[in-house]
Amino acid sequence: MTVPCAIVGSGNIGTDLLYKLLRSPVLEPKAMVGIDPASDGLAKARALGVETSADGVEWLLDRCSDFRVVFEATTARVHAANAPRYAEAGLVAIDLTPAAVGPSVVPTVNLADHLQAPNVNMITCGGQATAPIVAAVRRTCPVPYAEIVSAVASRSAGPGTRQNIDEFTRTTSRSLREIGGAVASKAIVIMNPADPPILMRNTVFCALPDGYDERAVSDSIEAMVGEVSQYVPGYRLKSPPVFDEGPYATPGGPAAGRVAVLLEVEGAGDYLPTYAGNLDIMTAAAVRVAEELAVKGAEVRA
Amino acid sequence: MSGAAFRLTDSTLRDGSHAVSHQFSVEQVRGVVRSLDDAGVPVIEVSHGDGLGGSSFNYGFSAVPERDLLRAAAAERRRAKLAVLLVPGIGVADDLVEVAEIGVDIARIATHCTEADISEQHIKMAKRLGLETVGFLMMAHMAEPEDLLSQARLMESYGADCVYVVDSAGAMTVDSVRARVALLKEHLSCQVGVHAHNNLALAVANSMAAVGEGADQVDGCTTGLGAGAGNCPTEVLVAACEKAGIPTGVDPLQVMDIAQDVVRPLRPMQGVIDRSGLLLGYAGVYGSFLLHAERAATRFGVDVKDILLELGERKVVGGQEDMILDVALELTRRAAGAHAAATSP
Repeated sequence: MTVPCAIVGSGNIGTDLLYKLLRSPVLEPKAMVGIDPASDGLAKARALGVETSADGVEWLLDRCSDFRVVFEATTARVHAANAPRYAEAGLVAIDLTPAAVGPSVVPTVNLADHLQAPNVNMITCGGQATAPIVAAVRRTCPVPYAEIVSAVASRSAGPGTRQNIDEFTRTTSRSLREIGGAVASKAIVIMNPADPPILMRNTVFCALPDGYDERAVSDSIEAMVGEVSQYVPGYRLKSPPVFDEGPYATPGGPAAGRVAVLLEVEGAGDYLPTYAGNLDIMTAAAVRVAEELAVKGAEVRA
Repeated sequence: MSGAAFRLTDSTLRDGSHAVSHQFSVEQVRGVVRSLDDAGVPVIEVSHGDGLGGSSFNYGFSAVPERDLLRAAAAERRRAKLAVLLVPGIGVADDLVEVAEIGVDIARIATHCTEADISEQHIKMAKRLGLETVGFLMMAHMAEPEDLLSQARLMESYGADCVYVVDSAGAMTVDSVRARVALLKEHLSCQVGVHAHNNLALAVANSMAAVGEGADQVDGCTTGLGAGAGNCPTEVLVAACEKAGIPTGVDPLQVMDIAQDVVRPLRPMQGVIDRSGLLLGYAGVYGSFLLHAERAATRFGVDVKDILLELGERKVVGGQEDMILDVALELTRRAAGAHAAATSP
């Protein structure tokens, strides 16, 4: 038996998510809700045989018993308002905005800790792409400071992201500490308008303490890339990790060295073309999280 | 500055930060601010080269936190206004709250020339804090004049008091500056500024051409201290303007002394357009990549020329310093591949 789901938000993220849910053996997208009757996302959903409404979240809440899981693909502000109402309606919420109402999750790092959470947050595309790498380094040694640079094609960044770029950088940065395990952190995001559009790029710098084991750090990073690529097939290392000897005076204290990890994320080309790996990493991670919550969360509850 | 044809902003302590790898000391900042203020320079910009929050692995850590440098500058200046740069995506709007308390008067919010809509929350925050606000459209050579105008209009609509045409790559020629400034002047009701780099030795000429088209604000750096082959040199601009009968409100001889005695010692070879500097302008590459590219070239044993040309080819934008490492590694792989091919039987 599949788990009935609804998508709130018919922009880039919501629409890309729809394509991935249609392929899930566990989840069934039964409705997509937007606020713009003319939106391309709603039209795509209708064409795929999914029920749609442009009446916003009210429509969904009126018939909440038809759904178990709701994916929020709107904005942080909208989700902050909707979250208590989803909870009241008994819906499990997968939040793809930077609202961070519930705990942030990365499937390969901390999902097992939150299988019963009524609301989980998917951080940002940058966080999904980079926090696992910091966690991979942290498995081998303390990380006093982690920094990431996330570059996305301008065309793949929707208005929600663009008008709230600070929320994006802050939420991403926090995930490097809370999920990655770094002491201090910084996130930088770049919009690149090049045509043809660039693939999503992420660079992760981790400060390394005295006595770090280069081989162990490298192996752990490569293993993590393999794990993430299980659900985001286009997620890959552009080069082997690059080590530099310091010393560095970082915001998290002195560091003996650093490792730089250059990543590329090629999308599956579901809604936007393959350059928009930033959509894929969010939506693919959200699907993975919802599947685990639906299956394992149910087992835990039983 | 009453009677001046334009308002001069000296960015030695911001764009110049690139040229000293963000190692300015409190004493250096005090010295430069004191002397420029004395000479009547109306606006002095102080920040990490990549703006507030720029201190990082990617761009280089600041030797002194910029809030300490700004406090020193605020204590030293008497007449000059104090400006900061903020690049959304690197710094956040809340960074402005702290600097406004320190006494900063002007916030300059910079985006790539096609991405103005990411500056809305920062420009509005600056205005709420009562700061004069400048929109700074970087890498302006990459946008056609009409496209640049539509981006400038966005910044104006968010509340910017001035929008700058910023030639971050020092890649613009006189006509291309003229066309952009003229179009913005014609259609905007806010002020228009120009920020020039000297990679093609056109910074002073471009700035004067912009003034000819009605530019209200012009940036310089003393000795040209700044990214790439350097910025429009403040002292040369002031001297050339006086020769051309364009009042600047700044004493040319005094600013020449500052250049020679206060700023030149920080980087004696500033102002030389060597091959790398010229290549930035030629290939249209963001100026602050220069020193990072030179370091990567040395470390990986590849030619800095190849790095810069490849960056231009890839249309990398400001802030993507991490791509220098990516390009250097790729060139290393290509060289290894070519070597393997050449030596295989």
